[in-house]
Amino acid sequence: MVDNIKVVENVKNSRPAKEWLREIVDKVYAEAWEAKEKGELIGWSSSKFPAEIAETLGLKICYPENQAAAISAKHGGQRMCEYAESMGYDNDICGYARISLAYAAGAKCDEKSMPQPDFLLCCNNICNCMTKWYENIARMHNIPLIMIDVPYNNTSEASEENIKYIRSQFDDAIEELEKISGRKFDERKFEEVCSNANRTAKAWLKACSYCKYVPSPLSGFDLFNHMAVVVTARCRRESSEAFEALTKEYEESVKNGTSTWRYDENYRIMFEGIPCWPELRSLFTPLKQYGINTTAVVYAPAFGFVYDNMNEMIKAYCKAPNSVCIETGVEWRESICRENKVDGVLVHYNRSCKPWSGYMPEMERRFRNDLGVGVVGFDGDQADPRNFSNAQYITRVQGLFEIMEVKRKIKDEKN
Amino acid sequence: MRRIKNIITQFEEISNNPKKQLDNFISEGKKVIGCYPYYVPEELVYATGMIPMGLWGKLGSPNKSKEYFASFYCSLVQMNLEMALNGELDKLSGVIHTTLCDTLRPASQNFRVAVENIPFIFMAHPQNRKKKYGINYTAEIYSKVLDQLQEIASYKVNDDDLRHAIKVYNENRKAKREFVKLAGGHPEAVSAVQRSSVLKSSYFMEKATHTKMLKELNVLLSELPVVEWEGIKVVTCGIIADNIELLKIFDENKITIAADDVAHESRSFRIDASLEEKPIIALARQFAEQGQDPILYDPLINSRAKHIVNLVKSSKAHGVVVIMMTFCDPEEMEFPSMIQVLNNEGIKYVKISYDHQIKDFGQARTSLQAFADLI
Repeated sequence: MVDNIKVVENVKNSRPAKEWLREIVDKVYAEAWEAKEKGELIGWSSSKFPAEIAETLGLKICYPENQAAAISAKHGGQRMCEYAESMGYDNDICGYARISLAYAAGAKCDEKSMPQPDFLLCCNNICNCMTKWYENIARMHNIPLIMIDVPYNNTSEASEENIKYIRSQFDDAIEELEKISGRKFDERKFEEVCSNANRTAKAWLKACSYCKYVPSPLSGFDLFNHMAVVVTARCRRESSEAFEALTKEYEESVKNGTSTWRYDENYRIMFEGIPCWPELRSLFTPLKQYGINTTAVVYAPAFGFVYDNMNEMIKAYCKAPNSVCIETGVEWRESICRENKVDGVLVHYNRSCKPWSGYMPEMERRFRNDLGVGVVGFDGDQADPRNFSNAQYITRVQGLFEIMEVKRKIKDEKN
Repeated sequence: MRRIKNIITQFEEISNNPKKQLDNFISEGKKVIGCYPYYVPEELVYATGMIPMGLWGKLGSPNKSKEYFASFYCSLVQMNLEMALNGELDKLSGVIHTTLCDTLRPASQNFRVAVENIPFIFMAHPQNRKKKYGINYTAEIYSKVLDQLQEIASYKVNDDDLRHAIKVYNENRKAKREFVKLAGGHPEAVSAVQRSSVLKSSYFMEKATHTKMLKELNVLLSELPVVEWEGIKVVTCGIIADNIELLKIFDENKITIAADDVAHESRSFRIDASLEEKPIIALARQFAEQGQDPILYDPLINSRAKHIVNLVKSSKAHGVVVIMMTFCDPEEMEFPSMIQVLNNEGIKYVKISYDHQIKDFGQARTSLQAFADLI
C-alpha cells in the first residue's frame, strides 16, 4: 500500500501537479491489483456512477472508460476493437465498449491492464450503450451487475419523480454493495467521502476555469489528460489536493505570463466532444500551425459534480452531457465559450458516441447564431482510428481558421 | 380461402396506405397522435377518444433530416423526422417521443426543436422498471403523458375509460398472438408479405376494428386443414421486418415465419395489462413485465437469447433470421451473446443487414437462399 502522506508531501514539495495527478491514477490501478492479489473483490464502474457509494464501503473500483481511453491513446484501440469485432460485435458500436469487451473476454493488452471484475456498477446517465456493455460483461464473467438508471431529461431540471426514482435505486445499490463488501454503509464515512468528492470537483472546476485568461495558462487538451483523476479518484482527498496544486500552478502561470500551450494563441476555440485519443498528435498539428489554442472543452468540466445533500447529488448525476435536454446542453457550452472567450468551435462528430453527436448539427447552428463564432465539424472517433481522416481534419481546421480570420477582420474594421 | 384472401387484401391496403387512413380519421373529425417506438401505452391515447398511429419510419432516404443527424443514425428515426419536416405528419395532433435508445435520446430533442407545429409529448421510460419504485415511476410519467393528451383531446379521462382501453388492447394483442401462431402454421394461406401487412395495419387502425377483422381471419385460418409444407420455418428477430421486397424473398424461397422476436411485431404485443388494478398502475406493471428485449435493461442478464431459443423450439422453427437494423447499437450489442447461445443449442442462423434506405436486397437474397438450402 502506498503511504498517502508521504506521497502528498513528496509531490507537494518537488513535483509538478501533473506528475502528482498521474501518480494518483497509477495508484488507483496499483491498489486494485494489490487488492485482487489479496483476494478482495474488484468492481468495474461506469465513469458517472455515483463513486461515493463504493468508496464509502471501501471497495476497489476500476474504470473501463478510463482504461479504454488510455489504450486508445497508446494506439492499442484498433487492435482491441478488431478483437471485439471477431467476437461478433459490430464496428458501429462505441469504441470504448468494444475495447472493454475485448479486454473482459481476455484479449491481451499491454497498454493498460487492470484486474478482471467481480462485480459491476453501471449508470446509464452517459448512454444506453453502457447498459448493454455491462450486461455483456456480467454474462462473460457471471458476476452481479448493479444498475442505476437515470432517465433522459427533457427539461433543464430533474423532476421530483426522477429524483425519487433514482434515490430508490441508490438505496438498492447501497444494499447490494453492503452484501458484496460484507460491510455496513457508514453514514459518517459517506459524508467524509462526499466532502472529498466535492472538494475535488470544486478544485477541478477551478482548474478548468483558468482557460478564461488571455493568453490561457493551459491548453484545454491538458484537461483531457488530468480528468483521469476526476474519473477514477474523485472521492480521495489527495485528488483534491493535487487539483488545488494544479490551480496554484495555473495561478502562477497567469502571473508570469507562461502557459503549457507553447505556441501562438492567435485564436481560441472550444473543442466539442471527446477527443480522438489515438490521434492526439494529429489533432494538435494544424492547431499549432495556425496558433489556435483550445481554451474550452465540454467533456472535462462535465465531471465536476458539486452538491450539498443527497438530493443535490442525485441532481448532479442527472446532469451528464448525454442526459440533459438540448437547451441545457447549449447553455453549458455557450457559457464556457463566453467565459473562455473563444473565436470558434471545433465539433467532433464522434462515431462512437451517438447520444452526444446526435444533436450537434442543431447545436452548431445555435453556436453560430448565439455566439457569432466560426463553427466547423469533423468526423472522428474517441477510440477507433479507422473512423478518423487526417486529411479531412486538416481541411476543416483550415476552414475554421479562415472563418475566424474573416470574422476578426470584420470586427476590426467595425472598431 | 376466398374470404381469407379478401380480409388479408383489406389489411394490405391499409398497411400500404397509412396516409389514407390518417386522412379518413381526420375527415371523421378524429384527432390522431403519432407514437414513436417503443412501448408507448397507446391505451392512454385511446382512452381520450383519439387515435394512436405508429411512427416506424418509411422507406426512402433522409434529406431534410440530414440537417439534424450525422450519417451514422438509424434510418427509422431519421425517416420519422423526415416525414415531419416534409409536412407528412402535419395532421397529427401530437407526437409521443420515446428515448429508450441512444438515437432516440437526441432525436427527441431534434424533433422538439425542428417540428414546431406538432405538439410534442416526451416519454422517458425507466430501465429499472420491475421493482415497486420503478412501477410507481412509470405510472407517474404515464400520468404526465395522459395530462398532455387530455389537454389535446379536451377530454378528462376516468379509470373506466382507461380500463375499457386496456380491454380493447388486450383483445387486440391476444388476436395478434393467435394470428402469429396460425400464420406460422399456414404458409399456404398467409405469405410472409401478408403476415407483415396484417400485423402492421394495426398501427394505422382503430384497434377494435382491427381485432374484429383479425378474429374473423383467425377463425378461418384455424379451420384450414393442416398442409404439408416443403419449405423451412424460421424465427425472425430485429427491430422491424415490414419491407415488402425483403419479405418477398422469404416467400420466393418458401421460408415461413413461424414466430418472431421483432420489436415492430411480437415484442409489442407479448404482454397484456391487468384489468384487476388501478389502470395506470396496470399499464406501468405491463411495461415492468416486458423483457427479453435488447432495448431494455435485463436484470436476468441473458434472458433474451434464451427467449429466442424457446421461440425456435416452441414454433418448431429450423433456424433464426436476424434482421439487423443498421446503426442499432442495442441489437448489435446483443448479437454475439445470442449467436453463442444459438450455436450451443445447434440452432442455425443468418444475419441480414437492413435499413429503410435499402432498395436492392441482392445480398439478402443470396444469404436467404443459401440459408434455406443449408437447412
